[in-house]
Amino acid sequence: MDNRKIYLDNNSTTPTDPRVVDAMVPYFHNIFGNAASRSHPFGWEAEEAVDYAREQVANLLEVDSKEIIFTSGATEGDNLGIKGVFEMYRRKGNHIITLTTEHKAVLDTCQKIEKEGGEVTYLEVDREGLVDLKKLEAAIKPNTILVSIMWANNETGVIQPMKEIGEICKKHGVLFFSDATQAVGKIPTHPKELGVHLMAFTAHKMYGPKGVGALFVNRKGPRVKVTAQLDGGGHERGMRSGTLNVPGIVGFGKAAEIAKKEMAQDAERLSKLRDRLEEGFKKLEEVYVNGSIENRMPHVTNISFKHVEGEGLMMTFNQNIAVSSGSACTSASLEPSYVLIALGLGDDLAHSSIRFSLGRFTKEEEIDYTLEKISAGVQHMRDLSPIWEMYKEGVDIDAIEWAEH
Amino acid sequence: MAYSEKVLEHFKNPRNVGTLDKGSNNVGTGLVGAPECGDVMRLQIEVDSDSGTIKDAKFKTFGCGSAIASSSLATEWLKGKTVDEAMKIDNMDIVEELALPPVKIHCSVLAEDAIKGAIADYQKKNGLEVTVDLTASH
Ligand SMILES: Cc1ncc(COP(=O)(O)O)c(C=O)c1O
Ligand code: FES
Repeated sequence: MDNRKIYLDNNSTTPTDPRVVDAMVPYFHNIFGNAASRSHPFGWEAEEAVDYAREQVANLLEVDSKEIIFTSGATEGDNLGIKGVFEMYRRKGNHIITLTTEHKAVLDTCQKIEKEGGEVTYLEVDREGLVDLKKLEAAIKPNTILVSIMWANNETGVIQPMKEIGEICKKHGVLFFSDATQAVGKIPTHPKELGVHLMAFTAHKMYGPKGVGALFVNRKGPRVKVTAQLDGGGHERGMRSGTLNVPGIVGFGKAAEIAKKEMAQDAERLSKLRDRLEEGFKKLEEVYVNGSIENRMPHVTNISFKHVEGEGLMMTFNQNIAVSSGSACTSASLEPSYVLIALGLGDDLAHSSIRFSLGRFTKEEEIDYTLEKISAGVQHMRDLSPIWEMYKEGVDIDAIEWAEH
Repeated sequence: MAYSEKVLEHFKNPRNVGTLDKGSNNVGTGLVGAPECGDVMRLQIEVDSDSGTIKDAKFKTFGCGSAIASSSLATEWLKGKTVDEAMKIDNMDIVEELALPPVKIHCSVLAEDAIKGAIADYQKKNGLEVTVDLTASH
């Protein structure tokens, strides 16, 4: 039995960096205070640790530490950023613009807002997965208050033209929110340079712990406010009540500090490994990379193996290699990925796609093993496939009408 | 999702993968697709015209592990059966043998339909009365 276990699903979550774990450990038992306890040293020490972590996170973004609101993760950040703006600025307008390829945490939040009297425009992306800036500008109306566009897509790694979007938002006096979950800590993400007013992200995608994240809220030019979604003790400047997760926040801070130092070298190394993987797969026939090649994250590739059924392909290697597929995001569903469909892929190519997301702990030999194992899997599936046989015989597969049953 | 041992075994070592000469009169071909997932199965039987038994069966499937296992198992079961016996193979027999979960029942339906399609094709080619009901709904 081949017992190797290789993790190429870092867009789902990353392992916590051991340096991060070391930083967190004292805050479970020795320094366990409630950061909101103002009357004794247990609380002061915890508060100090949180302040320090807030600086570390703010440094990564090159923003003021007062602009960082700690949350439980990006889902909460998306909810707080979008619903919080909608509720706070409702008198000004009720229209929000977003993309069809956003994460569910954004799309479902927008749908909720529609039920509550908001109006949402879901813009389509082009074949590369990029927003059409002209369409974006044309979609802005007098009642538009917010544009919500993710920094980098979780499935394809495609990076949106943040600067240009920021300029359009500025020109029209509209707030710009970004789900930057997949970008923070991996590429430079400086919201102030690009005119991003609110930005949600999470520790567990950047080698920090799970269950902690942050929302950046711009404080100057313009001063942005959000309506709290959790009411209670008024923590985090009243924007997010709830006792702070001190060990988690300390870990988040450490992860941000490490990312700032090591991001460039990680990105360079991982993009080489990613390219090696892609080059290797291209030796198989009928292999396509999904999404923009020029504008994407260095550690991600989303590949369709044509005429191969994705779920079956996964079965050939998923004992040993962890990746995500373009179908079965929710394991019981047979629906292909809505993100890939939005890029114009047919159901077949969407179903046969695999997302590889490399990480800080990915090794070169793991890439070589993956290439070998998955190439063999593709071959196995094609040997079994009547569609591949027809393709090889030159039959036009799209023209066949299958007998319904 | 965890697959049963039997599904995994058929998936890794599928039986009777291949292609029979679809032009031959003794060969019946069933080609079916599942609208649920876009999967496609081709199952072929070669019938000994004297005895009416199935001498050989081959398949190729574009589909999930359960579809591949279902068709592999079906070809095993078909060999040596008479056409009449083959007609009685029910998708629920496959579900039971492979321990398929509810979301994977349609994969076994695909196999039953492919068997029926192959039989009907064979009967048509040979001027026999078509005795399978291809419109049966599941
Ligand atoms: C783009 C994006 N947004 C939001 C989330 C949710 O993050 P969290 O797990 O921290 O709530 C994820 C992770 O799945 C993501 O990839
Ligand atoms: S999922 Fe479609 S045949 Fe199994």
